[in-house]
Amino acid sequence: MQAILALEDGRIFRGHGHGHLGECQGEVVFNTSLTGYQEIATDPSYAGQIVVLTNPQIGNYGTNRADNEAARPYIEGLIVREFSAISSNWRSEQVTDEYMERYAVPVLAEIDTRALVRHLRDRGVMRGVISTTESNPDVLVARAKSIRKMEGTDLARVVSTKASYQFDASDPRSQMGETLLSEGFIQKPQAGKQILNVIAYDFGIKQNILRMLTRDECRVTVVPAETTAEDVLSLKPDGVFLSNGPGDPEPVDYAVRAIRGLMGRVPVFGICLGHQLCGLALGGRTYKLKFGHHGGNHPVRNNATGKVEITAHNHNFAVDPDSINANEVELTHVDLNDQTLEGLRHKTLPLFSVQYHPEAAPGPHDSHYLFRDFRQMMEEWKG
Amino acid sequence: MPRRNDIQKILVIGSGPIVIGQSAEFDYSGTQACKALKQEGYEVVLVNSNPATIMTDPDLADRTYIEPLTHEYVEEIIRIEAEMLAASPNSGKFALLPTVGGQTALNLAVDLADTGVLDRYNVELIGAKLEAIKKAEDRLLFKDAMIRIGLDVPRSALINNLRDGLDFASKLGFPVLIRPSFTLGGTGGGIAYNREELMEILARGLDLSPVHECLLEESVLGWKEFELEVMRDLADNVIIICSIENFDPMGVHTGDSITVAPAQTLTDREYQKMRDAAIAVMREIGVETGGSNVQFAVNPQDGRMTIIEMNPRVSRSSALASKATGFPIAKIAAKLAVGYTLDEIPNDITRKTPACFEPTIDYVVVKIPKWQFEKFPGADETLGPQMKSVGEVMAIGRTFKESLMKAWRSLETGKKTGAEILEPRRLTQMLVTPRPERLGYIRYAFERGLSVREVARLTKIDPWFLHQLREVTLAQAAISGTTPLEIDPEEMRQLKRLGLSDERIATEWKLEGNAGVQQVRELREGHGIRPVFKLVDTCAAEFESMTPYLYSTYEEEDEAPPTSKPKIIILGSGPNRIGQGIEFDYCCCHAAFALKDDGYETIMVNCNPETVSTDYDTSDRLYFEPLVLEDVLAIYQHEAQSGAKIGMIVQFGGQTPLNLAQRLLAAGVPIIGTSPESIDLAEDRKQFGKLLEDLKIPQPRGGTAINVDQALAVGEQIGYPVLVRPSYVLGGRAMVIAYDADAVSRYMRQAVEYSQERPVLIDHFLENAIEVDVDALCDSKDVLIAGIMQHIEEAGIHSGDSSCVLPAVGISESTLETLRAYTRKLALALKVVGLVNIQFAIQRDNQGSDHVYVIEVNPRASRTVPYVSKATGVPLAKIAARLMTGRKLCELLPDELKSGKDLETGEHFYVKSPVFPWSKFAGVDTVLGPEMKSTGEVMGVASTFGEAFAKAQLSAGHLLPTGGTVFFTVNDHDKQAVIPLACRYVDLGFKIVATEGTANVLEGAGLIVERVFKVDEGRPNAVDLIKEKRIQLVVNTPRGQDALFDEKAIRRAAVLARVPTITTLAAAQAAADGIASMQKHSINVYALQALHSANGR
Repeated sequence: MQAILALEDGRIFRGHGHGHLGECQGEVVFNTSLTGYQEIATDPSYAGQIVVLTNPQIGNYGTNRADNEAARPYIEGLIVREFSAISSNWRSEQVTDEYMERYAVPVLAEIDTRALVRHLRDRGVMRGVISTTESNPDVLVARAKSIRKMEGTDLARVVSTKASYQFDASDPRSQMGETLLSEGFIQKPQAGKQILNVIAYDFGIKQNILRMLTRDECRVTVVPAETTAEDVLSLKPDGVFLSNGPGDPEPVDYAVRAIRGLMGRVPVFGICLGHQLCGLALGGRTYKLKFGHHGGNHPVRNNATGKVEITAHNHNFAVDPDSINANEVELTHVDLNDQTLEGLRHKTLPLFSVQYHPEAAPGPHDSHYLFRDFRQMMEEWKG
Repeated sequence: MPRRNDIQKILVIGSGPIVIGQSAEFDYSGTQACKALKQEGYEVVLVNSNPATIMTDPDLADRTYIEPLTHEYVEEIIRIEAEMLAASPNSGKFALLPTVGGQTALNLAVDLADTGVLDRYNVELIGAKLEAIKKAEDRLLFKDAMIRIGLDVPRSALINNLRDGLDFASKLGFPVLIRPSFTLGGTGGGIAYNREELMEILARGLDLSPVHECLLEESVLGWKEFELEVMRDLADNVIIICSIENFDPMGVHTGDSITVAPAQTLTDREYQKMRDAAIAVMREIGVETGGSNVQFAVNPQDGRMTIIEMNPRVSRSSALASKATGFPIAKIAAKLAVGYTLDEIPNDITRKTPACFEPTIDYVVVKIPKWQFEKFPGADETLGPQMKSVGEVMAIGRTFKESLMKAWRSLETGKKTGAEILEPRRLTQMLVTPRPERLGYIRYAFERGLSVREVARLTKIDPWFLHQLREVTLAQAAISGTTPLEIDPEEMRQLKRLGLSDERIATEWKLEGNAGVQQVRELREGHGIRPVFKLVDTCAAEFESMTPYLYSTYEEEDEAPPTSKPKIIILGSGPNRIGQGIEFDYCCCHAAFALKDDGYETIMVNCNPETVSTDYDTSDRLYFEPLVLEDVLAIYQHEAQSGAKIGMIVQFGGQTPLNLAQRLLAAGVPIIGTSPESIDLAEDRKQFGKLLEDLKIPQPRGGTAINVDQALAVGEQIGYPVLVRPSYVLGGRAMVIAYDADAVSRYMRQAVEYSQERPVLIDHFLENAIEVDVDALCDSKDVLIAGIMQHIEEAGIHSGDSSCVLPAVGISESTLETLRAYTRKLALALKVVGLVNIQFAIQRDNQGSDHVYVIEVNPRASRTVPYVSKATGVPLAKIAARLMTGRKLCELLPDELKSGKDLETGEHFYVKSPVFPWSKFAGVDTVLGPEMKSTGEVMGVASTFGEAFAKAQLSAGHLLPTGGTVFFTVNDHDKQAVIPLACRYVDLGFKIVATEGTANVLEGAGLIVERVFKVDEGRPNAVDLIKEKRIQLVVNTPRGQDALFDEKAIRRAAVLARVPTITTLAAAQAAADGIASMQKHSINVYALQALHSANGR
């Protein structure tokens, strides 16, 4: 089945349609991770986006429930060079093609993805439409132009849980393969450690963040994006976690207000959108990157130790370091590729956040230590 | 951390000659390391015995020692260098970098450390500390370390009796691996599939082990195999450069496996677990800086991951990973070793981002090994834990299918596409047991309708890979019933996107020969279907790339438009192989260096990842592409679009580009240098014979034949013995000396393919002649003799397998003049522009006068070019490249030309000796003949011929004895000449042992000889004596190819016992000279730079 990608600037790519046959639209971004297509597809931060994977061979190892980062895929569409018709891996439960069809995700394959990536790199991310139903490119370009822009859009509210719930680490779906895969590498919970209560704001939270928090002996209660500081504090948490999520941080003003209400009253740790919201709460500004950071190979320097971590990234927006009051806030992490601010820590209050993804999934585990830092911060706060 | 300023001088140890398992990849790593260290301002001292390398070029180090890589010689170099350092005004530290010269350098460094040499001269090991090397290399220490950090290793136990072995095996389940402790190269090890086999192998292993101990290990045969390339710096930053997945499962040595980058069948969780493990291994083993590789086996049923091994140094895989990603591992490793951290080093390719990141790629890389079992009749072709391939090719494509097919056609198997001989009866066997042809049989299985599941069951290859291969196979098969007219452009485009070559498509359409391929090409181009070129950029296009490292693919966008600069395309030599090795890569690199300096844009085309030529900074533009007409033409057309001046060089890459020359010319490619017509003329029997006649230059009588009768008639007419061989070969493929008509007809029936265009060549063989190689430069007006090399073995042994000496010893001045005169005449007559190599035979008649015959002329760069360049200090290949662009000898080498002499070699002798792969091929006869068998070469330099020969022999792994017993067994022909030789050995203090015939002669001359039985006569025989180490040197001259069982057994035993064996009296004479010099116990080392400056260079 022929499928077309039309970009808002008029560029057209023709390839084959897989997965769900039909139409999808969104902001087109590229991700350079070699592994982890399933985690990427199910990461709620990609809501509203069509993802191009630079690894040309996608689908090879199939899909399984344990690698889901959410209950379903959040990407609008997927673009790959070659889409595997078969899956080969002991963990695979479903061929990727069927999986994408089941969750109604259109896949465009057999296009020159490198040409598309170069286009996006040079001109910046832009809106696009994938269609197997409409063959007139002009119509599709017009549709692409009419998609609502990411700037100014609050998607966190859309993907967030509607009701709070407690994360259940014993759920087999969040456990599968875990013991086998992580033994010996990820610090095991120390016996006899005190269970801490963490409230996690869900702006589009990834399962692996919840798993990491739980592994560090936290009882995690997930709350909706619009939960107020007062409501959170009434739950008497030992710490508050601010999750990753899609869209522009600026319109998420309710969360900025909540963070201001929490700062100094409870330890706070933010990741990705959570980090951007911290930046805003601290009086900073956010801006949109030309083509974002999406991949698993970004070098980030930890300014405290001088060491470099190889990290997983997925962000289109960033906090402007010049907008941050250096007397109050320490800039802790920086991306060595383009000097983007990747982490900050309040000098006096118990609050820190990183722009990248220490929970990985997909990506390297170099920054897992941040979860332990959070745990330590909560313990210290507790006294 | 910045550069270490306390270090002043760094010794880099190379890897020595090219052998199976240690190939040109260490020229790549050594060269990168030397360049990087020099750039940082260190004083670089290099030692390597291999003259054919770029790393031993005198401008890559401050002092370059081409010396034996042995404890004594390297200690002497360290002593001299330490003294020089102490005497220098700003004396800093002396360091040794052992991690870029393969296992050879690592072992040598450990030896020097253990024996206190490094401490004595205050030399610091950088890159890897002694303790880390030992922990990684010692099987048990390594295993303990892995268990300590919670990693899984194959279960094993040390066993010292049969009962314990059986008990443990029943716990593990069969098959089990048996590895005897402390035996060389895994001798006595094996795999037992049942109790009976276990008893047998274990009993033998316990017997062979000097400590009566074997390691019994759980078998991970058939598991998936992966490798990660890791780098670490002194600040403990660790990055993974590349993941590699083996197409062939565990059980086949990685060097013999088809490998794929990046890994294709791992989920992120599995991959990250492997990454965590690799990083943990680096930290536990304590590799402080540089690159290492860690190998894993993964059970495809449940994902259980075990560590197999790690190398704490740059390896073959590092070379592959560097070329696969564009990340220069060896160069960065060198910088890390002197204190830099990864974040302080820029990424050359993007220039803006640091080297501290993990490359990500948007293409697939496939490596396929190249084997040459056809050169070793009788060798076991099954692939197992011991590496047997001689080289490899790599290809880059956007999909696995495309790169697999590109790599496949890069192999130059010599077999016509689609004409592989497949035996249906052996299908199952060929799928189950890995052999070089397995890939062909997998295709065949799919053609026959086998399913992926069935083939996976038999081969244990991952179904994903098999599925890809099946898709290509079926797409190709689908067009076999069609005609070119039935294919529409879209279908054609799909076929090309699968990686199918024009040649394969032509074969399916039954379009014959070169014309058929051309027809497909024209049809394709008529549809506007041409490849585009994309960049290897380390970052999947996330950042702009500054380095044009290109590959072709059938996609939409071309991102590498040609520049408007005048350009020269240099065709490389493809996979490393016997007869076409690193020497040709050396020449190609030199051409690029010289022409870059002259202001041309240099464009390299090659498909060998183990080379310096495929480093992105060797040329201005690098095309990593098959050296096949289709791909080379596409590159030319792409570059020619610019309209700029363009030329192509085909004479530096050995036979590979020469085989393309005529067709490239016919397609309109401007080939510079000696014309393809001249090259062809030199290969064409009739035309060349006529030329020699016109020039009044004698050659051995000869003729050509295209059938048995003709061959016999020619043999009769010119007289036996005769040398028979096919046309157009390098390295003497399928070349034999036939002593009678029977041998000729046997050869014609079995040995070769021949045709009207490519007849068999038959020449009279000149017995007892001295062979001489001459390399010369010519600009079509002037000729300059670069070197006259006298072979130490007699004529009849392939020049690549013969030791030779420069300058010639014992050839009269008048004969040398004849050689020069013939060389000049021939070079001018062939209108050579560039290099020419001529082989002569000198036969002395009864009156004592010499007769000079021309054996062959090769109007191209020869194997000896780097050797002559190192001996004379004149970079021949650079000059030749400049001649090809129209420059003249009178401008480039005016003084040398005026003098009318050969290039100066000063007061020293330079001996080149070959290195053979016998130890890798059990059961193969080690006798030398006209077919080349050596994989590499070494050079020895000294002020006497004898010492130079002894040094070369030592470097080649033959330690000549300074005393003991010499065993003589010579053919009737040599019975007289052996007398003075034996006397010489007696004078040197040796005892003599001989077989009956030889003993009779020697006793007749008054020598005391111990008699020994031949192998079939009784016992104790010669083999027993060799095994008992009662013989220290074997002199055995055989009769042609008809080696007797006896001789074969003797030579084999000698190889196993590491007793040097000499198969010609000439070499035995040279060895006597060498022994005489060794008895003086002097160790002399020379830096090339000093030798050259003494010659005024």
